[in-house]
Amino acid sequence: MTEHERAARHDPIYDRLHATPEFAELRHRYRSFVIPATVAFLAWYLLYVVLSNWAGGFMSTQVVGNINVALIFGLLQFVTTFALAWYYAHYSQTKLDPLARQLDAEYRKGGDA
Amino acid sequence: MDTQVLTTVLFLTVVAATVAITFWASRQTKTAADFYSGGRSFSGFQNGLAIGGDYMSAASFLGISGAIAVYGYDGFLYSIGFLVAWLVALLLVAEMLRNAGRYTMADQLAFRMRQRQVRSAASISTVVVSIFYLLAQMVGAGTLVALLLGVDSEAVKNITIIGVGALMIFYVVVGGMKGTTYVQIVKAVLLMLGSALIVVLVLAKFNFNLSELLGSAADNSGKGEAFLQPGLQYGASLTSQIDFLSLGLALVLGTAGLPHILIRFYTVPTAQDARKSVLWAIALIGTFYLMTLVLGFGAAALLDRDQVDPLEGGNQNLASPLLAEAVGGGEGSTGGAILLALIAAVAFATILAVVAGLTLASSSSVAHDLYKGVIKKDQPVTEKEEVRVARIGAFVIGAIAIALSIPAQRLNIAFLVALAFAVAASANLPAIIYNMFWRRFNTRGATWSIYGGLISAVGLVFFSPVMSGLPTSLFPDSDWSIFPLNNPGIVSIPLGFLLGYLGTISSREPDAEERYTELEVRALTGAGAEQAVLH
Repeated sequence: MTEHERAARHDPIYDRLHATPEFAELRHRYRSFVIPATVAFLAWYLLYVVLSNWAGGFMSTQVVGNINVALIFGLLQFVTTFALAWYYAHYSQTKLDPLARQLDAEYRKGGDA
Repeated sequence: MDTQVLTTVLFLTVVAATVAITFWASRQTKTAADFYSGGRSFSGFQNGLAIGGDYMSAASFLGISGAIAVYGYDGFLYSIGFLVAWLVALLLVAEMLRNAGRYTMADQLAFRMRQRQVRSAASISTVVVSIFYLLAQMVGAGTLVALLLGVDSEAVKNITIIGVGALMIFYVVVGGMKGTTYVQIVKAVLLMLGSALIVVLVLAKFNFNLSELLGSAADNSGKGEAFLQPGLQYGASLTSQIDFLSLGLALVLGTAGLPHILIRFYTVPTAQDARKSVLWAIALIGTFYLMTLVLGFGAAALLDRDQVDPLEGGNQNLASPLLAEAVGGGEGSTGGAILLALIAAVAFATILAVVAGLTLASSSSVAHDLYKGVIKKDQPVTEKEEVRVARIGAFVIGAIAIALSIPAQRLNIAFLVALAFAVAASANLPAIIYNMFWRRFNTRGATWSIYGGLISAVGLVFFSPVMSGLPTSLFPDSDWSIFPLNNPGIVSIPLGFLLGYLGTISSREPDAEERYTELEVRALTGAGAEQAVLH
């Protein structure tokens, strides 16, 4: 394997940043939000697909006028998508961005030294 | 007033406006970063609009409303899957990709793996996904123009396909990412305003009462209550139900693997702006898909079945334009003619903006990954040379898309788009997710998942009833179908993930593991990420 086929070696500052408690905290906060959230919204979406397929009777129950459970379930997918997107924006602004900015500032300082 | 004249005038206006935008953008396109990523200087809001313009394709605007008009509730799955999919992009992909990459999807893999292998694999899958998607849009354009001009001739369709192909090559070659982005922003605004106008006019006919609209759609569809319930299109048998599940999986997992969407995250200065763009995109796309619900049921309620139902000689792809004509006063009225022409022009602008994004994504990958990263890997390549190759690439891909679109006109538009989503979800998404979240992931894992997902998705469709064995197949007179489903996702997506896992654990690549440290720090903090270009 020639040098060009391999990715270039990296700056040791990344090892130092990676070892800081701030980075460990940032990674923990990020992963502990997005992994359960992804499992939850995918399960909620698949539940909708499965119910549409195999629970026709339940989905066809009329609620108000011609509006049935299937339509409400579908519209709820919109509501939960908007809500989770909004909540993630709020979470990342308050819990993730300050730590990321702090680490990026340390990187810039380290790069100049 | 004559609809055909008015439609032609509005189409030409759309073309003239986009050509002017492209020339204007070309004066600001100097470096490779300008060409590939618009100098990374768009705001989150601008990029959110452009993502909407890139994503809401003819398959969405014409296809979904048509599917709802014909099959009722089952058409709604597309809207839901296409929207929920954005959460994958928001939570797992957009920000980290912005920080770790430069111009293409392959960048974040090449960051820590063997350049030649991963760039070749990612580039091939980028081009394949983009071409399937391009075919859908171009076939749609041909059908739309031929039917609006009232001439169902092969010549008109072929001329339209060639014209759309020439325009998309022009946007990309001359305007690069800046030109493409402004075309997409203008299109997104036109599409939202045009749809909102029709939605208000439809709802006004039903006293702004959704239940009344639904009841009227169910009655007029001739299918009664079943029209508002799941199962009309996919409920016939266990096979079709599994097909529905397979489609649902591809829709929700495909978006975050579409190359023309991924490169949009590089057009903003920071990861926070990438997040903002996705939030705007979700607001825009969500609102749009809620409107397609009204458009679809509105078409079912207000149009005759022989206008929209293919079984009764109608064309489901024309549900939205015909609905516009109906709410404007009906056939022959001035209001109807104006609204029909307006919505047809919006649909045309929609197609142009999407094909430009697709051509840019694939030509960028050809120049940046295949040419610079693979063919010329041991020689220095100047920026000028790289951009020149990208422009040549846009010509070649445009020509291939035109050549394939002409015989592909028998294929269903929605099917081609669903196939692009299935390939993106099977080949691209596993590699992107593993690369960001799994230190152990390596070159063999990446190439196995990309090639495995790509070959299985395309291969399963080849052996499906889409290609042969049924009267509706592409080759109805032969039968080599051994796979029962039209949608390959339920098999090919898990296979892509499994092959990525097996490839990784069966090989060791200490370099890739070591470089993950830098990738992870960069992806999460933005330290060392590419900066915006200031002019």
